[in-house]
Amino acid sequence: MQTQEKSATSAQPAIQFIDVEKSFGDPGHRHRVLHSISFKVPRGKTTVIAGGSGQGKSVTLKLILGLLRADSGQVLVDGQDVTNLYGRKLRAMRTRFGVLFQGSALFDSLSVFENIALPLRERTKLTEKEIKEKVLNTLDQLDLTGHEQKFPAQLSGGMKKRVGLARALQLDPEFVLYDEPTTGLDPVMSREIYQLFERTQARLGYTAVIVSHDIPKVFDLADQIVLLNKGEVDAFTSPEEIKHSQKPYIREFAEMTMGDYRKTSQ
Amino acid sequence: MVHKQRQATPTILQTYLYNVQQTENTTLLQPFASLGNRFLYLLTDLGRMGIFLMNALAGIFRQPFRGREVLKQLRFIGAGSIAVIFFTALASGMVLGLQGYYSLHKFGAEGMLGSAVSLTLIMELGPILTALMVTGRVGSAMCAEIGIMRISEQIDALECMAIDPFRYLISPKVLATLISVPLLTAMFDVVGIYGGYLSGVKLMGVSSGAFFNGMMLSVTNHDIQIGIIKSFVFALLLVWISCGRGYFVLQIRGVGFGAESVSKVTTQAVVMSSISVLIVDYLLTAVLL
Ligand SMILES: Nc1ncnc2c1ncn2[C@@H]1O[C@H](COP(=O)(O)OP(=O)(O)OP(=O)(O)O)[C@@H](O)[C@H]1O
Ligand SMILES: [Mg+2]
Repeated sequence: MQTQEKSATSAQPAIQFIDVEKSFGDPGHRHRVLHSISFKVPRGKTTVIAGGSGQGKSVTLKLILGLLRADSGQVLVDGQDVTNLYGRKLRAMRTRFGVLFQGSALFDSLSVFENIALPLRERTKLTEKEIKEKVLNTLDQLDLTGHEQKFPAQLSGGMKKRVGLARALQLDPEFVLYDEPTTGLDPVMSREIYQLFERTQARLGYTAVIVSHDIPKVFDLADQIVLLNKGEVDAFTSPEEIKHSQKPYIREFAEMTMGDYRKTSQ
Repeated sequence: MVHKQRQATPTILQTYLYNVQQTENTTLLQPFASLGNRFLYLLTDLGRMGIFLMNALAGIFRQPFRGREVLKQLRFIGAGSIAVIFFTALASGMVLGLQGYYSLHKFGAEGMLGSAVSLTLIMELGPILTALMVTGRVGSAMCAEIGIMRISEQIDALECMAIDPFRYLISPKVLATLISVPLLTAMFDVVGIYGGYLSGVKLMGVSSGAFFNGMMLSVTNHDIQIGIIKSFVFALLLVWISCGRGYFVLQIRGVGFGAESVSKVTTQAVVMSSISVLIVDYLLTAVLL
């Protein structure tokens, strides 16, 4: 593993889970969320993580960021194991990510503008004028113009999501992790968000991991789908593959979601 | 520096102790297991608080320095506490003057009033009461703010932007407290002595010359140094405990979850800060005098 550390070739998966196990709780009544899961996230592509509520999707994202640590197994980002990365190295790894949390995690004592400007102010040497231009531009793309002086408590849930997205995109990340980016948005807005993803991905070429319940629509965007169920994963590269799967729960999942898919894509 | 919040995986010892606690036919061992468990938890807690303190202090020197935030905190912690400290100081100084007068009057030693009032204030009451008032007014607020940021994932979000939460969030508060509390203590001393003067001289009729002369003759530089050292130490204690409790709200046992956990942890922070200020005061007095 040490030898691969620096050789970030395009053949190597951007992110890789190897036999990752994660449990919560006190000894005695531990609740195992992930049983030895393994999957790869290809570089420059979009991977969608789907699965029922409470199956460990958000936990999976936090494992990638080192916000939670796996009990066993490895989480490789560019060949580097995040499970034992600390301090400066961990910070350096995180600088390459843009993250949208499930609850948006906006700084509630800062205005919308300041929230989005924060990564630029803290981490770049841009002048205040350039920052203002960049932030207003992003706000415009996300249809948030005119709300920049509001505070998170004065926004709707969907607006918070969009501000969180704007904040995640400021530093031109190499990897983006979005936890349910379109939950709470109306269909028109979520389509616009998906189009924004495609545009920014085409521009920045980032590797995306998106957690989504927006199953039929998200297939347009996904190069790979990772299904989480009862602590196990199945990865698929196309909707067809899901339809032809033998596992009953996946077939059920396919029937429930892909039926819609055919309807909407007609 | 390991300042990551880690979802603690139980160690073998913890698991063993837990199992002993759960097993019914080893009731004899149970108290020991539970004691051991508590002790391990206490050690873990102390350890992470220690690392927290080191990070919080180191964060003051990390670049870029957040001058504006420090000014904002100075205004909140320092300037905002002036009124509270003023009235506390005046009231306690006046009571001290009155009480002192009655006690000294019995021995016909009213002339000692200035000395008694000023020494008590400079060495004990000033640093202690200032620290306690600041803990109540500001420590609780800092703890709740940081705790809420922790439970709503705002601190995680900072870390994910690779913004050091210590430099960004904690260290400005620490620095501002370290500056404010000694200054507030100095103010407390002056106002308190004036309060003692009001009740002793103006009300009870001790001669003003005797009051101030007594003070000048008895208060030495060493006494003032003790007061200053105490105020610094108390400032560090209160800001450390208040911020640290909030920062670790998710890892502290038995406080529940969500809003309740923040409220309980805030109470804990105020109680722990106040008690440690009092204990450390005793120790410092014993060592420094
Ligand atoms: N910090 C934690 N402490 C204890 N248990 C946790 C913690 N975080 C997550 N869990 C548990 O892990 C499981 C997976 O949680 P997770 O948040 O990943 O679900 P999810 O798949 O994102 O669901 P949703 O779609 O509802 O967001 C849940 O059963 C949850 O109870
Ligand atoms: Mg989730």
